[in-house]
Amino acid sequence: MTRQQRNRRRAVALQRPPAAIIAIAAVAIAFFALPFLGLLWRVPWTDAWSLLTTQSSLTALRLSVTTSLWATALSIAFGVPLAWVLARYGFPGRRIVRALCLLSLVLPPVVGGVALFAAYGRRGLLGESLFEWFGLRLPFSTAGVVLAQTFIAMPFLVLTVEAALRGLDNRSEDAARTLGASRWYAFRRVTLPAIRPALIAGAVLAWARALGEFGATITFAGNFPGRTQTMPLSVYLALESNPGQALVLSVVMIGISFGVLLSLRDQWLGGSAEMRSSR
Amino acid sequence: MAVSFLALIGPIAAACSSSQPASTSTTPGGNLSGPLTVSAAASLQAAFTDIKAAFELAYPDVTVTVNFGASSTLAQQIKDGAPVDVFASADEANMAKVSDARLLSDQPTLFATNSLEIIVRKGNPTKISVLSDLSRSGLIYVTCASEVPIGKYGAQVLQKAGVTVKPASLEPDVKGIVTKVTSGEADAGIVYATDITATNGAADGVPIPAEINVTAKYPIAPIATSTHTEAAAAWIAFVAGANGQAILQSYGFKAP
Repeated sequence: MTRQQRNRRRAVALQRPPAAIIAIAAVAIAFFALPFLGLLWRVPWTDAWSLLTTQSSLTALRLSVTTSLWATALSIAFGVPLAWVLARYGFPGRRIVRALCLLSLVLPPVVGGVALFAAYGRRGLLGESLFEWFGLRLPFSTAGVVLAQTFIAMPFLVLTVEAALRGLDNRSEDAARTLGASRWYAFRRVTLPAIRPALIAGAVLAWARALGEFGATITFAGNFPGRTQTMPLSVYLALESNPGQALVLSVVMIGISFGVLLSLRDQWLGGSAEMRSSR
Repeated sequence: MAVSFLALIGPIAAACSSSQPASTSTTPGGNLSGPLTVSAAASLQAAFTDIKAAFELAYPDVTVTVNFGASSTLAQQIKDGAPVDVFASADEANMAKVSDARLLSDQPTLFATNSLEIIVRKGNPTKISVLSDLSRSGLIYVTCASEVPIGKYGAQVLQKAGVTVKPASLEPDVKGIVTKVTSGEADAGIVYATDITATNGAADGVPIPAEINVTAKYPIAPIATSTHTEAAAAWIAFVAGANGQAILQSYGFKAP
């Protein structure tokens, strides 16, 4: 243990980058840190609590938590099977399907919102039938927010889980299968536990992305307090009417995201280390 | 943008032909140059886009950038130090916010007025004829938050008419309302009469009786932090002058 630590310390010292690199990296760190420091500096701390507990803030907070958790649940329910298919099932055009499913990751979210209209809007490809047959209307509804968030967030989970599945050693699954386990049983009892760290990491990333979703939501679901006005929309609109409230809500969102990333780091590194050692 | 080429070219051509004699008298500094940044209310988008083209013909060395948005957003941007030379607001309240922050270098000038209309989907499939139809259940009505001029004006009209509506969404600016209705996702909203003209038939308008209508007043003013004061003054004179007024009126704005 102590010897291991000493070795590691020596390795770290040997790997230390040159001073110039450290200096440039320090500039980059300042570049990221300054906006957040600036924000903290501008927050009206004396009124922070009352601004945070105003009805409009709490309404937006509650809606954001609910919708982002739904979006995460949907991302897991559909994203894990999708990742499995993409990682394991060779079919013609897989690369195209894969790119299609990850497109919303790189697309401007507003474009995503416009595309959602074209598909699920009242006059959309599918939306028209949904409305005519079931009276189901997604735009301007909370369900529409969840849809927009899922559309934008699911690729984060798919990407993470697919990478884990690809990196996984097939042999333990094969062993389970030769011992008579069904495909489903092997997936549930062998594969799933092995990819659990990646699954958690992917779910947390997807959740954080859903929580921060703005462009697709305001385009597709509109903006109404309590129904479709999530935290990011509320921050954007409060910037005009009540900048103090916008700043306080921003700090809350930063706090949540920062916490997510801090917890994720261990989860993520733990996951990949485990994968590497299992090889 | 579904603005037809003719609709775009028409007012410019009209403005140009009428500008020839005027430009020598109203523009003593015809050799102005440099960039000019104008922040203008979203409802001015079509008219100011044409005015920009006409202005750049009259002042070839000035490059105008117009930044369109909700007047409340633009006012906040200017207060936050946005490098803007001229601000054109759709109401006096948002101009006052900038004025109160001591960011105007001159008194605002009223350059246009606008009236309100109900915007409905093309062909009026939901058969809206009066304001009280907007409170019908199942009808999707969209508006803006009360900080945005059109949100405030719309609420005033509905209050005068004694109508209570349940909005489906509070859009960031008036173009958001127009887009939601032209795309068919929303059934109706209250917008400026000029916005309906600017859709070129993609949506229809239902007039609001004059006695309950609200007149939107558009002030324009130069910003104190501007370093292009001459070009800013020229722009304001152009908008308030014959050329600008002809273009504004071709889009349905009225003289102040």
